[in-house]
Amino acid sequence: MREREDEWTDLMRSAISGDDAAYHRLLKAITPVLRAAARRGLARAGQPVDQSEDIVQDILLAVHLKRQTWDTSAPFAPWLFAIARNKLIDALRRRGRRIFVNIDDFAETLPGETPEPTASPGEVTAQLQALPARQRDVLQSIAVDSTSIKDTAAKFSMTEGAVRVALHRGLASLTAKLRDR
Amino acid sequence: MDTDQLIRTLAADNAYRPRPIGLALMMALLAAAPVSLLIFFAELGVRPDVMTAMHNPFFDLKFAVTLALAASAIAVSLHLTRPEASLRSFGWWLLIPAGILVAAISGEMMMPQRTPMMTRLIGKNSMACMTAIPAMSLPLLVGALYGLRQGAPARPAVAGAVAGLLSAGLAATVYASHCTDDSPLFVATWYTLATAIVASVGALMGARALRY
Repeated sequence: MREREDEWTDLMRSAISGDDAAYHRLLKAITPVLRAAARRGLARAGQPVDQSEDIVQDILLAVHLKRQTWDTSAPFAPWLFAIARNKLIDALRRRGRRIFVNIDDFAETLPGETPEPTASPGEVTAQLQALPARQRDVLQSIAVDSTSIKDTAAKFSMTEGAVRVALHRGLASLTAKLRDR
Repeated sequence: MDTDQLIRTLAADNAYRPRPIGLALMMALLAAAPVSLLIFFAELGVRPDVMTAMHNPFFDLKFAVTLALAASAIAVSLHLTRPEASLRSFGWWLLIPAGILVAAISGEMMMPQRTPMMTRLIGKNSMACMTAIPAMSLPLLVGALYGLRQGAPARPAVAGAVAGLLSAGLAATVYASHCTDDSPLFVATWYTLATAIVASVGALMGARALRY
């Protein structure tokens, strides 16, 4: 487990120094751990576990938008689990439960445990429709049609810089809508 | 959007580099400062005998207390922007201004005094102090919360209260140059009350504004 967490720290350091592939690998690697913990939290609160994917996406968005609060000289896992715990508590509270979430829920997930997503998540998709047209189009193109930034720019006759700005703003307002819903 | 698609999208946004929070906080405070200074110069102004007052160590001590409060609250605020941080590790920094104040009070107690203790404590400016410090703090508090919004505090209300301490510390530093009550007893009573008001407002505002 320590090995796994050291690997995450290395990947995040590479990501911050500009390695997009390392960032992609990191997000891929943490997702099953987050998913298992979200399920456990929901199950303990007596909630259906098929909502876990919404929580996972919530956590991933927060990790992305708050990554400058991670101190690159510190291990990555405690930072990640603090964010995940906060988001899980938030989600349970929104469903009318006050519950103590144990941080070990995250740390204890075994590396071999790789649950697949159960239900398709609805909350991010729903909020996506409420975004301004430009941001929504760019997000759709990159996320759903998996078009590169360069091709997205060509498709909407925008500059690559403008696509990047719309992408980031889109993710930020998506997160704000999820938080304030 | 399924999770793999979301991950791909986040990775595509990896090039985005947010401004460091310390810089964001500083810029927001610099933007808010003129409003507070405007309130100060329009309503209060520096006391006329400031040149002689500067030779009074108790006048200077007011600035030591308020600046220590501002500085320690800025440091703690920035620490609390991290999701895994709590007051446990750096919270004691906030006791530094209180320590200076206690030392100042005991210093004053040991000196011969012409005015009785209660007169020094009640002073002449208590109402001005209680309104001016919160009024001058408010723009700074809004600025501080705006700057700290990029953070991810575990407890937004606590982070908001510390942002309140930070703004009260800065506002009180300016206000201290107007106030003719220099007794540490006055400072400990009225400045502290005014600061507590601002910290409570900060906690209420922070609970909403600093959620992530």
